[in-house]
Amino acid sequence: MADPRYAIELKGISKSFGPVQANRDIHIAVPRGTIHGIIGENGAGKSTLMSILYGFYRADSGEIFINGKPTAIPDSQSAIRAGIGMVFQHFKLVQNFTVLENVVLGAEEGALLAGSLSRARRVLGELSREYELDVDPDAVIEDLSVGHQQRVEILKALYRQADILILDEPTGVLTPAEADHLFRILKGLRDQGKTIILITHKLREIMETTDNVSVMRRGTMVGTVRTAETSPEELAELMVGRKVLLEVEKAPALPGKVVLKIEDLRVRDEHGVERLKGINLEIRAGEILGIAGVAGNGQSELLEALGGIARATGRITMNGVELPLSGKGADGRARRAAGIAHVPEDRQALGLIMDFTAWENVAFGYHDAPEYQKNALFMDNDALRADTERKMATFDVRPPIPTLAAKNFSGGNQQKIVVAREIERNPDLLLVGQPTRGVDIGAIEFIHKQIVALRDQGKAILLVSVELDEIRSLSDRIAVMFDGQIMGLRDPETTDERELGLMMAGMTGKGEAA
Amino acid sequence: MDYATLLQLLDTTLRLATPLLFACLAGLYSERAGIFDIGLEGKMLMAAMASASVAFLTGSVWVGMFAGMAASLVLAGIHGVASITFRGNQLISGVALNFVASGITVLIAQRLFGQGGRTPPLAGDARFEAITLPLAEELRGVPVLGPLYAEVISGHPLLVYVALLMVPLTWWVLYRTRFGLRLRAVGENPAAVDTAGISVVGLRFAAVAITGILCGLAGAYMATALQAGFGREMTAGRGYIALAALIFAKWRPVAALWACLLFGFFQALALRPDVVEAVVQVKVPVPFLDALPYVLTVLVLAGFVGKAIPPRAGGEPYVKER
Repeated sequence: MADPRYAIELKGISKSFGPVQANRDIHIAVPRGTIHGIIGENGAGKSTLMSILYGFYRADSGEIFINGKPTAIPDSQSAIRAGIGMVFQHFKLVQNFTVLENVVLGAEEGALLAGSLSRARRVLGELSREYELDVDPDAVIEDLSVGHQQRVEILKALYRQADILILDEPTGVLTPAEADHLFRILKGLRDQGKTIILITHKLREIMETTDNVSVMRRGTMVGTVRTAETSPEELAELMVGRKVLLEVEKAPALPGKVVLKIEDLRVRDEHGVERLKGINLEIRAGEILGIAGVAGNGQSELLEALGGIARATGRITMNGVELPLSGKGADGRARRAAGIAHVPEDRQALGLIMDFTAWENVAFGYHDAPEYQKNALFMDNDALRADTERKMATFDVRPPIPTLAAKNFSGGNQQKIVVAREIERNPDLLLVGQPTRGVDIGAIEFIHKQIVALRDQGKAILLVSVELDEIRSLSDRIAVMFDGQIMGLRDPETTDERELGLMMAGMTGKGEAA
Repeated sequence: MDYATLLQLLDTTLRLATPLLFACLAGLYSERAGIFDIGLEGKMLMAAMASASVAFLTGSVWVGMFAGMAASLVLAGIHGVASITFRGNQLISGVALNFVASGITVLIAQRLFGQGGRTPPLAGDARFEAITLPLAEELRGVPVLGPLYAEVISGHPLLVYVALLMVPLTWWVLYRTRFGLRLRAVGENPAAVDTAGISVVGLRFAAVAITGILCGLAGAYMATALQAGFGREMTAGRGYIALAALIFAKWRPVAALWACLLFGFFQALALRPDVVEAVVQVKVPVPFLDALPYVLTVLVLAGFVGKAIPPRAGGEPYVKER
């Protein structure tokens, strides 16, 4: 018999897709009125479990109890009726509809819209007053920030009178301030008696917001603990199945000569808006220069200008040689020849071709390297495959199959393929953007180690990341970007999160506005 | 050009714009739901043949009209099964159905009537007759507006008025009803509809069925009202012109009316080379006038009329993601 104190109780849920067992005999009980975290690495089965709960998939076996009552959830409509609301990682909003239309969609009261819309307008007003969920009901979704779009998703669920709210990786796209706001909203909802399930791989969020946390690993539930009685280290160990170093171990940097000198670098976007407004920076051999900042403040443009993807003006000097910033010689190939390797921010758009195999992807950018040529006419694909296999072994890419398409690897392993391709070329300067975005914790540790190892060989590294923790733990110097400008340089040993946060918001650390 | 000639030209415009308008609105429902339909042409042709044949055999234009709608629905159903159920390529399915329609209509007509792929001419109750609207004759004497009412507005077969009424009706359905909201949503982001617990497949089939019915009316109008019988390839690319009008109208019903009237006007001009010559003072070759609507179609499709953003999920089969 199920216990009615639990909002959700799952007993023995199993689900497999063909030969892959995504969930194996899952038991979990979520007390009503709590925030319950579910963590696990990518592919641990978190999303599958939640999709079963939301009626997207049917479990092969097992039982679901909602508020103590056995409940069948064959489709999303039944889940909604059972009081379950879901905020997906990729929002399910109609971009050219208004907030109101999106909220009403699927929850209309009759064949005509007018009544539903005016009721929704009233309810939305009440909800936004109650939970800090203020959104203009007549705004069109595509004009809203990501944070506001997420609030619309939460409003959609609340409008359907959800008692149980599931959020899948909700902070992946949010700024730190937006994430804080979200967590305030969630705590407010909990205090009103709602039950919240938070799926994430970020340990800090779990520690700060949840009451209990369940850990999944390879399709099984490893354990459920009270958040107050655990630690990030313990959770990481449960997730990965071995001890994980959350702090990056690195010796003090021994910076050498200047490798790259950037003077007055400017980039305009296609609308003619200046996105980089005169950047001056020096990057030395044997150091990691971290660029901190909220996404969209010119970091991407900086990487693209240096990587030869975007046109720019100004002056960049690599090992004493000036490189062209536009026209002939301002492309990725010329930059590679000059000793600059680039791990782009968006690996799926710029780093890989998802439908191509791993070995083909390893060849990109280096396809004319002499060791990959059989003769003047043909490439030596066998050599390329053997080389890929070697790189996969060194970088622990799983599965180590060079003929597998890039899209069939997990996010972390895709990233390892890109990192392996670029680092193994032994560049003088590595540009690396968001190296661990969407990458699971075991792979993060590995990628960080590789970056530090490259530094210790005396190479220069420019690291761009929106994860402030990552910047702080890896960098030897931190530059903060805001609105296309460098707000200042800081030493990670002497600065703190508060100072960096202020600089990221456009203050110069001493309190005055820029 | 005097006023009487202008009225004649507008009268012809309305008659010729009607099949375009039916087909254009048909395409609107389908494409707003995310199913591209290049097969409007084939459905019209099929409906034209079926309605003319049945109208001739039964002597009733109404039975003919419903037969046309049924024939068009069959093709729409095949398109639906191919592109919704089996997630096939919507362009290929549409093109294939156009080919099928082009061949099978002539085959059936030849088999039934043995007149070179034509149906025998329709007459009497087997055709839609012109309707004189109330007070048309009485108001003819009113200056300017009277003749406009009597000549242009009045005196068309019933289906012309049905097509015109479909415009506000479609607008109302699209923007004021639950079905319309869901239809627009499924063409923009089917995942949003799916997670709201509504069937994407059901909605899209409903849209495709409406497309079938409206194409059926377009074809029936061509064969039993505009002309008196079916002839080989009688739709002459009107399905494609309707698609161009739909893009021109940016998938909006009221704009679709104006776009179809514009195309209809060009078609009407081709029938009156004397008027064109009188206006531009140059003898324009008739084939050039005939080609005008098609040239305009090409220009529209090539994107010369500004940016037209199609429904975002258009052409993409919906696959539930993990």
